[in-house]
Amino acid sequence: MSINEKIPNVATKPDEAPMTKQAAALAVEAKREDIAVEEGKTVGLPYSDNPKFKLRNVEVFYGEERAIKNISLDIARNEVISFIGPSGCGKSTFLRCLNRMNDSIDICQVKGQLLLDDVDIYHSKRDVVELRARIGMVFQKPNPFPKSIYDNVAYGPRIHGLANRKSDLDEIVENSLRKAGLWNEVKDRLDATATGMSGGQQQRLCIARAIAVSPEVILMDEPCSALDPIATAKVEELIAEMSESYTIVIVTHSMQQAARVSHRTAYFHLGHLVEVNETDKVFTSPEHELTESYITGRFG
Amino acid sequence: MQTANLLPLVLVLAVVAYFLAHSRSRAVAEPIGGIRNLKSLPFYYAARASLWCAIPALLVLAAWAGFEAKVIQMIVIGSLPPELAPDSAGRASLLLSQISNIASGRLSPEFAPEGVVAAAELLETLRAQSKTFMTILVLLIAVLGASFAWTRVAPHINAREKVEKTLLRIFFVCAAIAILTTLGIVFSVIMETFRFFQQIPFWDFITGTSWSPQMALRADQVGAEGAFGVIPLFTGTLLISVIALLVAVPTGLLSAIYLSEYASKRVRSVAKPLLEMLAGVPTVVYGFFAALTVAPFIREFAEMIGLTASSQSALAAGLVMGIMIIPFISSLSDDVINAVPQTMRDGSLALGATQSETMKKVIFPAALPGIMGGILLAASRAIGETMIVVMAAGLAANLTVNPLDTVTTVTVQIVTLLVGDQEFDSPKTLSAFALGMLLFVVTLLLNVIALKVVRKYREQYD
Repeated sequence: MSINEKIPNVATKPDEAPMTKQAAALAVEAKREDIAVEEGKTVGLPYSDNPKFKLRNVEVFYGEERAIKNISLDIARNEVISFIGPSGCGKSTFLRCLNRMNDSIDICQVKGQLLLDDVDIYHSKRDVVELRARIGMVFQKPNPFPKSIYDNVAYGPRIHGLANRKSDLDEIVENSLRKAGLWNEVKDRLDATATGMSGGQQQRLCIARAIAVSPEVILMDEPCSALDPIATAKVEELIAEMSESYTIVIVTHSMQQAARVSHRTAYFHLGHLVEVNETDKVFTSPEHELTESYITGRFG
Repeated sequence: MQTANLLPLVLVLAVVAYFLAHSRSRAVAEPIGGIRNLKSLPFYYAARASLWCAIPALLVLAAWAGFEAKVIQMIVIGSLPPELAPDSAGRASLLLSQISNIASGRLSPEFAPEGVVAAAELLETLRAQSKTFMTILVLLIAVLGASFAWTRVAPHINAREKVEKTLLRIFFVCAAIAILTTLGIVFSVIMETFRFFQQIPFWDFITGTSWSPQMALRADQVGAEGAFGVIPLFTGTLLISVIALLVAVPTGLLSAIYLSEYASKRVRSVAKPLLEMLAGVPTVVYGFFAALTVAPFIREFAEMIGLTASSQSALAAGLVMGIMIIPFISSLSDDVINAVPQTMRDGSLALGATQSETMKKVIFPAALPGIMGGILLAASRAIGETMIVVMAAGLAANLTVNPLDTVTTVTVQIVTLLVGDQEFDSPKTLSAFALGMLLFVVTLLLNVIALKVVRKYREQYD
């Protein structure tokens, strides 16, 4: 049982009587709680003709608690889609379903249909290793391994046997670092330990590490939340460049960031997917009342 | 009053001082608008009062108790008539024990010279006076200290700073006690070791291959020349420790990996305490197990496959010791593996690494210093372990690396050398200290080397 299910659905009822000023003010106060979401109904453009991910009726449970409520969404090839919404709305949980990172949490259970290129992600015979090699992930806090810069980037190619010779591996490392815009900064100290880099460099190293495995999709879980504005700008620039060759899903708390980097934006609220639309449209003329409240800063 | 009674009395006074100062500080605060106008909270004024009450009094008490006997002895000896005055330290202590025996009534005064009887009476009076005087002095100091602190309960005085400084000093003293004890142990061993090396050449000790510490007590005694070569002892120690570590390191490490990475919460919550229970079993009990179960089994098994094994063997002791030190390795390693941040695991898993690749390549290197710490602790336990070896490996100092033979270790020899009546001028007894010193140096070296190794290979994650 979620909060919303208990609350009477006032949003669908038209105002019955003209409100006094006081009543109007009270109504604004109460808005956040009162606006209800119809489960499984997402306004805007949740579907795509050319989906990379086809997600239908996805539900996630933490024990008894339902964290994701019947979400259906397509993520198109080579698009950048951002997930926004208040804290605890389930956007990170939903993101982590896409590469099965929730597997390691015992009480977490995923239901529904999740297809990557029309193949079930959660099929019992699905090889998680292959899946994760195709879907890279960048985390909220930069988490380079306590190894050298070179070894960090070479980690993925090594475990997947992508390079036969040392020279091949060198090439992969250089290319990945170049794509992550880090090559010029670190080419003279590839043997230095990665934990000695600045936060922004560490995060770009994590991106390079993800790219090194040649994934098709990159998931980013608030990649800039621990970075300063300059480092953030660099990562955002990188996302724009990468969108040519990868499908990118980015969870962010910054609406400006969503507006800057993404093609489409999805708004999550208490485990529901409320609205998905072209980013411009979401930020200029949102269709759902909740989306509007959120982007105008009435709650967050 | 007895010192033993005085100590709790001072502590009671300190508690009383605490409450008095506490209520006074609140009374002082009342007219000026409450506690917020005091420089410190009432707790600090109160703590200061009890510190002032207890610390000087206890210091005086300790000093008094420490020097009382010596001073009284000196006065008593000095009071003896010149013809009775002792001419050597040995005589003085004989005379003193005679005097104190007379004073306590255990020896009849009839058989003693008059001067000694007088000295006994003097001893009696001095002791009684000293007790009274000490009681008065200590209580006076306690009360004075408390009253001084009482007068210092004032709004403008910052008691917190003073209390914190005093506490800091107390912490320092506590830390110093541990360090000084170690130094004290080393020095006491060094002195005796030095005496040993005056009789037995250092190189004979270090490079000798035979150990037989029996010294001839009489000139015509045969077969007891005494041979002090430590090589067999250290070989035995190393042999048993290596066997123990060969058992414990893989078992402990793999069980730690299982418990921290693969076991479900339920299994972990049951298995970990059970494993740690192994560390709580007294070593004597392990000794039974080794001597009565494992050693015979090994002998029979060896005979079955055509080898000869003695009924006490290095293998038996090593195996059981290995079991004993498993929890040191498994429990500590489990803790440090758990302490590696989840983000490391996520980062590796998200790249498509399997759980075992993540373990081998990311978590293990990051946890290495802690794991090495666990292994070191286990190794020092193995080297220092005595009971299991006495019971399962024997006392014969054989120079062998055959694990089926009976061997002995440094610690076992120290025990056998120091058990029973000892003469402290014979190399046999003194060799125990030399062995202890050598063991100390070897363990220290092991620690230093391990630390260096860890520094070289560690991967620091933050």
